[in-house]
Amino acid sequence: MMKIFSPFGAAGLAVAGLLASGSAQAVDSSFSNIRHGKELVDAGDCVSCHTQQDGGKKFAGGRAVETPFGTIYSPNITPDPETGIGGWSDAQFYQAMHHGIRPDGKRLYPAFPYPYFTKLTRDDVSAIRAYLNTVPAVKSPPRAANLTWPLNHRVFMRGWNMLFFTPGTFKPDPNKSAEWNRGAYLVEGAGHCGACHTPKNFLGADKTSQALAGGAIQDWFAPKISGDLHDGTGAWSVDDIVAYLKTGRNKFSGATGLMAEVVANSTSKLSDADLHAIATYVKTMKPEKNPPPAPPQARMDDPKMKAGAAVFADSCSACHGGDGKGTPGLFPPLAGNANVQQHDPATVIRVILDGARTVATDAKPTTSAMPAYNWKLKDDEIAAVASYVRNAWGNHAPPVDPGQVKAMRENLREDHASGS
Amino acid sequence: MAKKLPAKDVVLVGFGWTAAILGQELTDAGLDVLAIERGAWRDTSTDFAVTFAQDELRYMWRRALFEEPARETVTFRNAPNQEALPMRHLGSFLPATGVGGAGVHWNGQTWRFLPTDFVARSHNEQRYGPLPADMTVQDWGITYDELEPHYDRFEYLCGISGKAGNLKGQLQPGGNPFEGPRSRDYPNPPLDMVYGPTLFEAAAKATGHKPFPCPAANMSRAYTNPLGVEMGPCTYCGFCEKFGCGNNSKASPQTTVLPVLMRKDNFELRTECEVLRVNFDAAAKRATGVIYIDAQGEEFEQPAEMVIMCAYALHNPRLLLLSGIGMPYDPKTGQGAVGKNYAYQITSGVDVFFDDKILNPFVGAGALGVGIDDYNGDNFDHSGLGFIGGGYLACWDTNARPIEHHPTPEGTPKWGGAWKKAVAKNYLTTASISTHGAVMSHRNNYLDLDPTYRDIYGRPLMRMTFDFTDNEHKMSDYLTDRATDIAKAMNAREVHAKKRTGHYSIVPYQTTHNTGGAIMGADPKTSVVNKYLQSWDLHNLFVLGACAFPQNAGYNPTGTVAALAYHTAAAIKTQYLKNPGFLVQA
Repeated sequence: MMKIFSPFGAAGLAVAGLLASGSAQAVDSSFSNIRHGKELVDAGDCVSCHTQQDGGKKFAGGRAVETPFGTIYSPNITPDPETGIGGWSDAQFYQAMHHGIRPDGKRLYPAFPYPYFTKLTRDDVSAIRAYLNTVPAVKSPPRAANLTWPLNHRVFMRGWNMLFFTPGTFKPDPNKSAEWNRGAYLVEGAGHCGACHTPKNFLGADKTSQALAGGAIQDWFAPKISGDLHDGTGAWSVDDIVAYLKTGRNKFSGATGLMAEVVANSTSKLSDADLHAIATYVKTMKPEKNPPPAPPQARMDDPKMKAGAAVFADSCSACHGGDGKGTPGLFPPLAGNANVQQHDPATVIRVILDGARTVATDAKPTTSAMPAYNWKLKDDEIAAVASYVRNAWGNHAPPVDPGQVKAMRENLREDHASGS
Repeated sequence: MAKKLPAKDVVLVGFGWTAAILGQELTDAGLDVLAIERGAWRDTSTDFAVTFAQDELRYMWRRALFEEPARETVTFRNAPNQEALPMRHLGSFLPATGVGGAGVHWNGQTWRFLPTDFVARSHNEQRYGPLPADMTVQDWGITYDELEPHYDRFEYLCGISGKAGNLKGQLQPGGNPFEGPRSRDYPNPPLDMVYGPTLFEAAAKATGHKPFPCPAANMSRAYTNPLGVEMGPCTYCGFCEKFGCGNNSKASPQTTVLPVLMRKDNFELRTECEVLRVNFDAAAKRATGVIYIDAQGEEFEQPAEMVIMCAYALHNPRLLLLSGIGMPYDPKTGQGAVGKNYAYQITSGVDVFFDDKILNPFVGAGALGVGIDDYNGDNFDHSGLGFIGGGYLACWDTNARPIEHHPTPEGTPKWGGAWKKAVAKNYLTTASISTHGAVMSHRNNYLDLDPTYRDIYGRPLMRMTFDFTDNEHKMSDYLTDRATDIAKAMNAREVHAKKRTGHYSIVPYQTTHNTGGAIMGADPKTSVVNKYLQSWDLHNLFVLGACAFPQNAGYNPTGTVAALAYHTAAAIKTQYLKNPGFLVQA
């Protein structure tokens, strides 16, 4: 059977055919395969984690990745034979990508998202390797992780894998369109969207029954991106999602925080066809099977809401508008904004405290930004205004407690002190 | 010994409006462009965030965005027979420093000059006879029609809010009927008008004038400019002039060009570096680059194929003098052109005190107002008036900032209980009509290097010799009287005219519209640059900005400064790069 999804659409079939006729063991270093590998590396946003911030050499690793269990430093994946992966065979590389196992037999931590990469076809993994072989080799020794028990023992990962990891290449759904399957392959595979957007259990594994329902990460809340109307992508058209991923901006929102990096390094580089496929797939993701009951909308005559409305009028309405409609494309509308209505208010609190800056892309070069209010508003004022924007104009989401603001304030202080 | 750096195609000296425009245009043409800016990097969301941008004490009174006189200033005198002294505190004008230049802290009043302004000598002599011998007014060597497409580009870059008065020769109701013909309307409608200016509008109409909403670089709605840069609607906060805008609502290099320009691989910016002089070759035909000094005090030689001076109007002529380019102007002989025809503007105001009208003047924007152009340029018959030129009258609602804005009627004590009472009574109920008059150039108004005082780098300061002449006083009095006529028709309790009298003083703030010193023209003997702002001496040196104005018109200069910059950029792209050399034969 022909593959019903293809890296290049129709043109890609020829490439796939070419690969199939070659050796499965040797890396195909043809231009087309390297180019295909680059597209997958872009889709996987490998460069973000495998490059130190502020001028690190590309793919040389060393970037600190904060997890709830401690800090992991990304390894060097340049072809340097000693400190990178230049000494790995193609089969060893596939074993790492597909099984999460290093050449020395030790288990990788799932901060490296092999539970997603396992879905990649063998040919695609070979293409990724072919591309990584072309990046300049950098000598940069790996840095040891700093994890808490029991995750500081890699052997523990054997049990973790038994519980939470099922290796296996993506299986297309013959009842769905080629585009949907392409989207599913990218989202569940290379794109590893759920690594942030799917909630995690107490050991950091995806709650697979709640795929893409939103997840806490590094003092952000990566919002729900399944097709729910209230707090997911239900109100966004496929074109809205494509615009967001391609340009970092649409009329609802602008990419900031970790997603700004994803747009800059990954999604803005994908083809329109792939972005369209991703959007098509994401929108069909079922809303949660057992969603928590919608919280009652807070009453606007509640003193806390009144206090929030006053803070909003003073500090927020100039950009976001008294009616919460903002200036679409520049200052996001808050009315109906899914990100504002996530059940976990981490992002709302964080953005008010710390400010935020949207990513600039060639298509949307204007950086719009929200200033920090951490020096200007107290915890109870931020709690009030956050509760207000989560419940004004028809929005509804649980109110925010000053204690949550205080905790976030402390977390951010620590984050900034540690340079992350 | 300056360390020699690898050559660039283009060096821009300074990084305000003109440099942003040239940088954008010339990088589009594929050139490798370096801008050298003496001040710091500044970015809307970081440096002008709405949480602190509206800080009157910091920005207005403590001068956070302006040039520090301790680093560089001018010396000043009214007449050549006086000794000039350094201006140790900024006063009459406020040169900027830092990325974006004065384009960061301007109000956004964006005008086109009148077609007759560009032919001020020939037009006025033809209509009124010979000008006085000491009035060194010159034609610009360029016409309004040549500049029209470039005005248009700047207006669309900035998203100017306004109402056309003359579309391709057809007068448009509600616009300025005196303006030169424009090829299309403004990109955005006028700002929402506030109460004070509407009272002026009604009175102006009733007294036979032709009021119109003033053109504003403050956004009346969200706007995406032709470069794809997005701007937000103005919030009417009243913190434009002397402040950066945190809402992306006032056009500045930061809000219109830099998001695109700074992403380009063939553009580089070095901040906190001051250009000390321009170098040229032994034959004195070509500039070879610049010498600059960085914040560590280290000097560098930056070679370049082209040098474009984009510093403020006062600094470009000084850099020419310090570099020994061109012949310095001598007021005794009238020979030489560098430093010649320094000009300024003459302003006055009429306060209009109401009892019963709450104007809420704190709802403001930098260019929010209604104006009339009936008395600008040669829009009216000057026969028998004893002066040429004119200015616009406008009722602006730019701000009512608490430290700055204390309108009190004549006779009010300057402090104490009675003053406080008067401020409280009049703060919300006072409008003001301002006049914005031209200054014609004069033989004894000029710039040269001071023989005594030096800047922080040991270079001679610029010496400014300037005074208002009879022409200015007669004209300004005439404008003030006309403004008073209209003010009286506003049916107020009290009208108080504040005429500009006596010698020019460099102390009280008037306007940052300094012009001349490197003037453009058709004759190398009487001008520094040709119509393309290309040096008559070194063909790869261009000198931009209001220093090119042969005399000053009765409008804010930025629109014309930017139109000239686009005109220069077009000439470089379409003519100079193909055939480097003088674009106009002397």
